[in-house]
Amino acid sequence: MDMLEIRNVDKVYQSRGKPPVHAVRALDMKVGKGEIVALLGSSGCGKTSTLRMIAGFESVTSGAITLGQRRIDELPPARRKVAMAFEGYSLYPPLTVRENIAFALKAQQLSHGEVSRRVDAIARLVEIEDILDSYPRSISGGQQQRVSLARALVRDADLYLLDEPMGQLEPQLRAVLRGRIKGLLAERGMTAIFVTHDQTEASALADRIAVMEDGVLQQFASERELKERPANLFVASFIGEPPMNLLETEVSSADGGIRLSVGADVTCQIEGRTLEQTARQMLERTARVRVGIRPQKITVGSGGVRVRVVSNQWLGDQSHVAGEYDGRLLIAVTPNKIAARPGDIIPFGLEARHLHLFGADGTCIRHAEAA
Amino acid sequence: MDHSSLAGRIFRGVALALVLAFFMFPIVWIFLMSFQTNEQILRIPPHILFEPTLANYQALISGQLRTAAGNLEISFMRNLINSFALSSAAVFLALLLGVPAAYAFARFKFRLGETIAFTLLSFRFAPPLLVLLPLSLYYQQLGLNDTYFGIVWVYQLIALPLILWIVRGYFEDISPDIEHAYRLAGHTWREAFTRIAVPLAGPGIAAAGLLSFIFCWNNFVFALILASADKQPVTVGALAFVTASGIQYGQIAAAIVLSVTPTLLLALYAQRYLVEGLSLGAVKG
Repeated sequence: MDMLEIRNVDKVYQSRGKPPVHAVRALDMKVGKGEIVALLGSSGCGKTSTLRMIAGFESVTSGAITLGQRRIDELPPARRKVAMAFEGYSLYPPLTVRENIAFALKAQQLSHGEVSRRVDAIARLVEIEDILDSYPRSISGGQQQRVSLARALVRDADLYLLDEPMGQLEPQLRAVLRGRIKGLLAERGMTAIFVTHDQTEASALADRIAVMEDGVLQQFASERELKERPANLFVASFIGEPPMNLLETEVSSADGGIRLSVGADVTCQIEGRTLEQTARQMLERTARVRVGIRPQKITVGSGGVRVRVVSNQWLGDQSHVAGEYDGRLLIAVTPNKIAARPGDIIPFGLEARHLHLFGADGTCIRHAEAA
Repeated sequence: MDHSSLAGRIFRGVALALVLAFFMFPIVWIFLMSFQTNEQILRIPPHILFEPTLANYQALISGQLRTAAGNLEISFMRNLINSFALSSAAVFLALLLGVPAAYAFARFKFRLGETIAFTLLSFRFAPPLLVLLPLSLYYQQLGLNDTYFGIVWVYQLIALPLILWIVRGYFEDISPDIEHAYRLAGHTWREAFTRIAVPLAGPGIAAAGLLSFIFCWNNFVFALILASADKQPVTVGALAFVTASGIQYGQIAAAIVLSVTPTLLLALYAQRYLVEGLSLGAVKG
């Protein structure tokens, strides 16, 4: 069952004397009950605008938002049954941490004991028990962020919106809290959407990730699918660390399949049987395609591409080797320690089955075969 | 601070004393004058030591001014009460109108918003005399001449822009997300304004209110032209001390002491708010 449905939503900011800003374009999203979704993208991609439209602080220019079968985009924020943790924490300065968290429960008219039981439980979860009687201005940014998170999670809401919920936390605490919050959300079947620009956080916490850019939803899928079957060039280059290698290639038909030529003397043969009908038709009509390959899929030490090593770093558990071939930079990641020094010529291997093919408009024509 | 040398500390002390003496001297002198008779004041050379008299205060409070030319009725106490009533009413009205307006200007972008805000501010730098003549004509036609309401209304020219601009800056400093969080927790927009925004801007509102009270209290020309004797504040009432038989320095000094004391006490009491409010949250944690 869908908990949240965003149908064809647009957001345009109009300000006098300036051209209108189209922050969100034709957004369609369905989030199931109990699902945790990450909105991932660079700053200004429309992810926070989307969150604020769901919460009701921004009006929807066109389209509809439904939460639990109720159309909410015309309702005031108070009646949407949505809880939110703000990026700027936004705690009430005159209240203590405990009162700040309890405040969110006031409207629910719970008994005094129930309120303090809930506050204590959530405080234990985000490790702020020792500062419950402090005032917001006397605690650190990381602590304020956890209070803000607690204030959102303590409520009973249909949907939890978390804007950069862990940006200010130390890495160690972040990892611990991620696990605990995921546990809490799963245990209580809470539906949540959080905004982040941190891929690790998105993949650790979310069931599905919505990648946004320029106000357009690029792809909404699990982390694995984003990595293995990126919908377009943007997703391919945005997801994954280091980013996917991208090469311009020339296309020609050969032996019932497709031959891709990278530079003068490197070619890859893609067999016809691995291509879908539509992909084959598209490839027959174009002369050039962009080829993408994950750094982890390049073999180092064997293969047909002879690269000049630009840098070679051993990170303790993997090597990052950057090599130059015909003016293009290729990055390979391998679990083995590589002895090559900058300036050495070593072979890189690009296998046809690992190649993603992207058309001129950036959409993916053919995905690499699943590992 | 603790590391400075003895000479440095002495120098700082002397410098502070000089500055203090320079600024406090007129107030001290007037305070002393208020306990002297006109003859004592006009003695040459002036004496530091004198026999204090409460005659000036008696004259003010009883309303009987004894001069060489005979007794004169003055309504100083009435003027003082007028000052209180007019300034308080003006500030109250300005807060009632100005705080919601400041909130609107701080939170919402709307057509002509900046123009309206700036026009209101421009009332502060246009000389009052410029508007007084047409204003008094309008007031006569409207029947507002020589009414408390008319003066309170014209005082809005002083108080409203001040409150609007100071409080606006304060509202802009409060993250709108604090109100958003409150509204998400099940409260209306109006509750967020009265229970979150206004209390958080409290110091700013207090500072703006105090300042505009002082400005209203000190105003002279509006009341001079638009009000008759029984509705005039102290600033205009003080003119009565310039009598046919000379200027009553002692009574003037006593009147100044009486009329300055309330604002001075108010400012001293609210000094913390004033500083905090006028720094517009620049030093807020």
